[in-house]
Parts: sequence; structure tokens; C-alpha cells
Amino acid sequence: MKTLAGTSGLIRLILRRDRIVLPIWIVFLVAISVSYVKQYGDLFPTPDSRVKYASNAGFITLYGELSGTSLGEFVTWRLGFVPVMIGLISILTVIRHTRVEEETGRRELLGATVVGRHAQLAAALTVTLGANLVLAILLALGMHSQNLPLSGSIAIGIEYAGTGWLFAAVGAVAAQLSASAGTARGIAIGTLGAAYILRAAGDTSAHTHGPLAWLRWLSPIAWAQQIHPYGQNRWWLGVLVLAATVVLVAVAIYLSVRRDVGSGLLPDKLGPADGNLGSPLALAWRLHRGLLAAWTVGFALLGLLFGGVAKGVGDMMRDDPGIQEAFQRMGGASGLIDSFLAGVMLLVGLIASAYAVQATLRMRVEESSGRVEPVLATATSRWQWAASHLVFSLLGPAVALLAAGVAEGLAYGAAIGDVGGQLPRLIGAALAQLPAVWVLAAIAIAIFGFFPQLSMVSWAGPVICILIGLVSAGVATASWIRDISPFTHLPSLPGGSVTAGPLIALLAIAIVVGFAGLIGLRRRDLPA
Amino acid sequence: MPAAISTEGLVKSFGQTYALDGLDLTVESGEVHGFLGPNGAGKTTTIRILLGMTRADEGTARVLDGDPWSDATDLHRRLAYVPGDVTLWPNLSGGEAIDLLGRMRGGVDKKRKAELLERFDLDPRKKARAYSKGNRQKVALVAAFASDVELLLLDEPTSGLDPLMEEVFREVVQEISDREGRTVLLSSHILSEVEALCDRVTIIRSGRAVESGTLSELRHLTRTSIQAELVGPMNGLAQLSGVHDLREDDGRVRFDVDTDQINPVLRQLTEIGVRSLVSQPPSLEELFLRLYEPEAVK
Repeated sequence: MKTLAGTSGLIRLILRRDRIVLPIWIVFLVAISVSYVKQYGDLFPTPDSRVKYASNAGFITLYGELSGTSLGEFVTWRLGFVPVMIGLISILTVIRHTRVEEETGRRELLGATVVGRHAQLAAALTVTLGANLVLAILLALGMHSQNLPLSGSIAIGIEYAGTGWLFAAVGAVAAQLSASAGTARGIAIGTLGAAYILRAAGDTSAHTHGPLAWLRWLSPIAWAQQIHPYGQNRWWLGVLVLAATVVLVAVAIYLSVRRDVGSGLLPDKLGPADGNLGSPLALAWRLHRGLLAAWTVGFALLGLLFGGVAKGVGDMMRDDPGIQEAFQRMGGASGLIDSFLAGVMLLVGLIASAYAVQATLRMRVEESSGRVEPVLATATSRWQWAASHLVFSLLGPAVALLAAGVAEGLAYGAAIGDVGGQLPRLIGAALAQLPAVWVLAAIAIAIFGFFPQLSMVSWAGPVICILIGLVSAGVATASWIRDISPFTHLPSLPGGSVTAGPLIALLAIAIVVGFAGLIGLRRRDLPA
Repeated sequence: MPAAISTEGLVKSFGQTYALDGLDLTVESGEVHGFLGPNGAGKTTTIRILLGMTRADEGTARVLDGDPWSDATDLHRRLAYVPGDVTLWPNLSGGEAIDLLGRMRGGVDKKRKAELLERFDLDPRKKARAYSKGNRQKVALVAAFASDVELLLLDEPTSGLDPLMEEVFREVVQEISDREGRTVLLSSHILSEVEALCDRVTIIRSGRAVESGTLSELRHLTRTSIQAELVGPMNGLAQLSGVHDLREDDGRVRFDVDTDQINPVLRQLTEIGVRSLVSQPPSLEELFLRLYEPEAVK
């Protein structure tokens, strides 16, 4: 096993580097999942209320089909998005410790020590698979502690860990394909997205007894979901997921011995000998365009999805006061469909804030990689440089939200035969999220401007707002907690009334905080 | 004409450690100035202050008669910078990066760029991630040399270049200095490079300039080693100031003498009577080794 020499040392290195982030996501996802048991048990105590809540088309698209009416099955269904998050985190972890290491040249440094050919991949997979296993065990114990049956609790652990394992292996394969970590991430996350869409399409079709239910069997996410924890506990599907993982890992190993360290299987193309980039803005466009395109397409798909199911949602929840109440807490507006659409817009806005923070932090990436230095050594001022990035971190989310609004307006308008009426309403509703999105972007600018080493803390903004959104949609929450999130202060659109005051206040906060951050950036040293 | 670069008493600390501790540096217009010092002496910190990336805690710095911090943008039109470790955007080709940096500085001379690409033997179509360290270095060098600027700040610019390319680098620096009268601040560890290119050098250690001057001036600061066969006993030699490491072996003496103390020592030797004498001037390496050593300057 000479090809695995040094694996244990690399595992220790990975654990040392991820000693904070790894425990955080494990504990966070387990805690969220376990907390849902009591929340949703209290909200929907009867099988009848659960079936009603779960049988609307929007939820089926989001979370899948409810497999049974027991509390365990209901909670598992409602948590249907968590395995996708686990898959995403697993992909990112594996690529971070394989392809990123190669791209930065650190692998070379380590590879020259007594480290075998397969050690890096083996170490990255061991840690990721191990983290998923720990998550599964904690989750099973946590669920069992909420008086859910042990067998089902083990099954949900297998569902989660299985999804994580499988996509860790997808990440391992993607890392072999391209010499660029960004492209590898794109391939793997694209696969995850495709699996999610296949699952959503299959489940929606199955629910309406359509002909496309088989689509979900193409999706590994659905395989794990079809284990049906707390219901049938179909263990053989766990074996299927495990087998797929083994096959993918074998493929990754097969590919990795057929390439050189640092290169990919997809060849690098030659670029132009002369460039036409000539300004900080042109450079920023080049650096941000991929991100902008990906988010815009994603948001348009999201808009189509929700706009398409909105009518059905209204039909299904018309006669359940409990669900109406839940939705009104989430969106709070007159019509039921409007409150569903408003809730969707809130969700879209929250996701857009993650994009805003990600785009803002590109500045930190440029700085810490040293690429900002040659740029600022030209006749480009720090403000010009920052402004060229902020064009994308502020207007990029606007473009993505516009895409969501247009897609949702077209889809919902087509469904009820009123495109002309719904399109402007939903575009307005989407763009109304911007003040809150910009506040979170401004906080990221300020943190980057004053405390560049702490830039990653900016992610706390979207995470806290998403948590507040998730929790307050499910259970009554103290108003001071809800008030922390800028999204709480937005009008509930479509359908709600608009007052200018809070919007202006949010814009003012965004401007003041953002400018303060820019002043901080201008005054501080650029770390070498 | 005012000096291209002048700093007085620059101090910069990072937490507990002082990167610069009262640095004085003067680079006259039109000269190629060598900037030397051991690793961690503060060379890069100085250059970053001159670029306005870092602000000095104390002291003054002037670049091209402007303030490097507050006039950064205007000054950067007139200077070019090559870092010792070039990172580029992985998905941009080398040619794109050169044109981008050139345009943002105020324009690229296409003919000059083509000529430099040819001389440095660089394929501009490759993506930056496919370049080796030396080739990334060439991208930054071509971008800097192709722009029409008065001052070049070069921070260990030849790290990773092969000897042929090193030769090209020397030729280009000599051309821009001799024909075009540009000013160059060259931070380097390669003594032959410094000797070939630099009019004057400044040596820094622990954040202070320990010596500054032309190379021949600096040579006077160091020791000449002497071997002599004497007629009589070596009386009084050890008491002379400037004599170090005196050893006697069967009528032959060996010692090092501070170059500025050589006259009294020679007088003493001829008084004793000399049968043979070998004197070796200090090599550059010895000069630097002595100045780099922590205990060399009190």
C-alpha cells in the first residue's frame, strides 16, 4: 500500500485546517434537524393536518413526497432539503482538500515528502466520509432522544450520510477532471443540482400520477430519500447508495492515476495573445461573470418552479386554518397564494443575500491571493477597484432577483391566464428584497474594510437571517429576534402594503455601513 | 532634480515585531539602485510603503516628489512594479494580464510588448495557471518594461528565471537605464546582478539601512586579507587598530585588516621587514556576508 503512504498525516492536516468549520456544520445540521421534531409535532399534531400540509405541489417540489403520517416520517419529509445541503458541503470539502491543494501548488510540496499517489484523495475522502458518519450517529441519537423509534433514527442517519458520501465521491471524480478548482466545483455542484431537479420533477409527477415519476430513480438524492426512515426503512436503498459511492470512488482513483499532479483530464485551452481588458470594471466583469450567470440561471429556475406550483398550492390549502396561519406568519398577506408567493420571495431574497456576500468577498479572495497588488500598483485607486467589484455584488443580486421575478411572473401568470397583471407584481416583489440584501452586502463590505482577516464572518449575516426566517416560519418567535433580520422589515409582497419608511431606513443603513467599510479599506494596510 | 525616492526614518511594526525601524533610503533620478538585505530585513515592506499598499507608522516617504499613500493613483501612472512572487488570474492568458496591467497604468506600447515577449521567449496565449513560476515572473516583467514609466520598483524580479532569461533581464534594465534614463530600485540577492547593474546600493538589516553608497565605496568598508613573510618578529602588529584574526605560523603571518586602516599596517610591516606579501581585496560575497551578519554593525 505504498500509494497510501502518508495518508494519516494528511488526515491530521485536514482535521487541523477544518477543526472549526467541520464541527460547526455537523452540529448545526444535527441541531436544526432535531429541533424540527418538537416544532412540527406541536404545529401538526394529527396525521390529517400533516397530510394536508405536505400535499401541496410547492412543498413536494421542495422536499419530496410524504411517505407516511407518523411524526418521524413527517419531520423527515419536512427536512428534505438538509441532505442536499450535506451533499453540497461534502462536495466543497473534498474539492477543497484535493484540487484546490493542487491548484495552489501545496500538493506538490507535500507530494515530494513520503506521501503516496493516492494519499491526498484518500485523506480528503476519509475525513469527509468520517464527518458524515459522525453526523449520522449524532443525528440518530438526537432523533431517538426525541422519542422517535431507533430503527427509523438510524435510517435517517443513513439517508443523510449516504447522500453526503455519494456526493463526496462525485466531488472526488470532478476534482480529477479539470485543472481548475472552480470548474471542478461547477461540475460537481451542477451534478447535485441536476439530481435535485430530477428528484423534484419525478416527485411532482408521481404526486399527480403523471408519466415522469421514473425520473426520480435517476437521482441519487431520491435513492437516499426513498429509504423512507420511520416508515418502511428500506435498507437496501442504503446499500445502493453505498455501492454507487464505491463505484464513484473507484472511478476517481482510476482517473487520478491517468493524469499528472496539477493537470486535469480536460485540457487547458490556449487563450488570446492580446487582451481587451483595460479597466478595473472589465477585470471585475471577467471575474464575476460566471458567478452572475450561474446565480441568474438558478434564480430563474427557482422562479419558474415556484411560479408554476403556486396555483396548486392555493387550491390545496384553502380549507386548513392551521396552514393558513403558518403561511401568514411566513409571509402575512391577504390572499393565500399571495402569501405563498411572498414567502417564496422572502426565500429568494435570503438566497440572494448569500450571493451578495459571496460576490463581495471576491475582493478578499483577490487580496489574500496577492492578485490585488499588481492592480493597485497601476493607476487604479482602491475605491475604483472596490467599486468595480461592488457593481457586481450589489447589482448582481438585482439581476438575479429580476430573473426570479420575471420567471415567477411568467409561470404563475401563464397558469392563471394573467401574465400582464402578474409579471409586474412579481418583478416588484422580487426587487423589493434588495434593500435587505444590500444591508447584508454592506456589512460584508464593512468587515472586509476594517477586519479583512475576519471576512468569512460576513457569512453570519445570511445564515442568521435564514435561521430567523426558517424558525419564525415554523413557530412563533419573539419580535426582537425577528427584528434582527433586515428581511423582517420588508413589505410582504405581492399582496401586502408598502410603506416607504422601512425601505428608506434599510437603504440608508446599507449606504452608511457600506461607505464606512470603503473608508476602512482606504485607510488600512493591504496585508502582504 | 529631486531624488526619485527618498525616505527618512520609516518605522513600521506588525504587532510586536518591527519590520522597519528608522529606514533612510535615497534613490537618485536616473540611477539603478540596488536594495539588499537578508530575508526579513524589511525590503518588501519598504517597497509596499513606496507603493502605498502599506502605511508607515512613522517617518516620511516621497516617491517622484509625491506622497506614496495619498497620491498613490497619480504616482502609479509613472511607475511600474514587479513582485518577487507573481500571482495571476488563473483563467486569464498571459497576454491578457499584460495588456490589462498596461492599460490600467495608462497604455501599452504594442511594439515594445511584442519585442519583449520575443526576447523573454514567452507564449502569451497560455492561461496563467499553466505557467511555471519563471513564466509568471516574465509576465510581470513584460508588463512593467512595456509601459512608459519613469520609475521601476523591482522586488527580487528574477526569482525563477533561468540564466539565459536573467541575461535578457540585465540587458533590458541596462537599456532602459542608459538610453531612456529611467530610475530603477532593484531588490535582489544575486550579487553578480547587483554588480552588473547597480550604480549605488543600500544594504538594510533589521529594518535599518546599514550602508549606502557605490560598490567601490562599500568595498572600502570591508577588510583586505594579508599574508606576509617577515624578516623579524611581528612586534606591535597585534596592537594596531583594524587588524583582525592575526595568526603566525613559522615566520608567516596572516591577518585581515580594515581597508581604511591599511596604511599604518603596511608601515609597520615594512619597519619589521617584508620578504613576501600577498594582499587580497575583499570579494563582494565577503562584503555582503559581513554586512548581513547580525553582529557586524553595532
